[in-house]
Amino acid sequence: MRVTIRLFARLRELAGASELDRDVPDGSTALDVWNGLAEEFPPLAGYTKAISVAVNEEYARLTASVRDGDDIAFLPPVSGGSGAGERTK
Amino acid sequence: MDITAAPLDAAAVTAAVARASDGAIATFVGIVRNENAGRQVLWLDYEAYAPLAIRAFERIAEEAASHWPGARLAIHHRTGRVDIGEASVVIAAASPHRADAFAACRYAIERLKQIAPIWKHEHFAGGDVWIEGATADAADDTARAAALERACV
Repeated sequence: MRVTIRLFARLRELAGASELDRDVPDGSTALDVWNGLAEEFPPLAGYTKAISVAVNEEYARLTASVRDGDDIAFLPPVSGGSGAGERTK
Repeated sequence: MDITAAPLDAAAVTAAVARASDGAIATFVGIVRNENAGRQVLWLDYEAYAPLAIRAFERIAEEAASHWPGARLAIHHRTGRVDIGEASVVIAAASPHRADAFAACRYAIERLKQIAPIWKHEHFAGGDVWIEGATADAADDTARAAALERACV
């Protein structure tokens, strides 16, 4: 099945792309998709424990299964607002 | 709720939430500062995943309304280059009572920093760096409780 992957901020820079279409095996989870991406772009691997994921514009768990045609966004730790971002975990 | 590359207008955001039943509107304007962690900041570039950010803002407004009945929020965040002294975010919280307006406003900025898919790229004298804060997890009740605690001090 084919999914669309979106990358933001530093992840986008490390992969050199903001949007990628990739074929992934049936039954893949969002984490499987990420791991495939980190193999393709090794600098991403350092973010594995820090990312969030959104599937079809909704926050999702990395353990969630993905489906053909899904839009999967990987998000580095966020820092909106003003002032320095605060670590909460 | 808005994500925009245009300069923010705090008065317009404030007017957007006003109702005849309100006794108070607390408006927070977050601006870009010229210093961070000992670095001389030149400007910030904000990037957002806009559709998810709007949903995060709506979620924050729903959470605030559940804590402070009658409280309503408007949140506008800017993207792209934002210069020193310019607003990166404006939050207006309206409520029949001032205590709830202040609390909801503070809650909103704390929560925004936790779960809004927005990133700042700091350009400082001598380089640039992505600022990375919280791993966004909208379902993390510990983070939500921390935002609530900060809102109620």
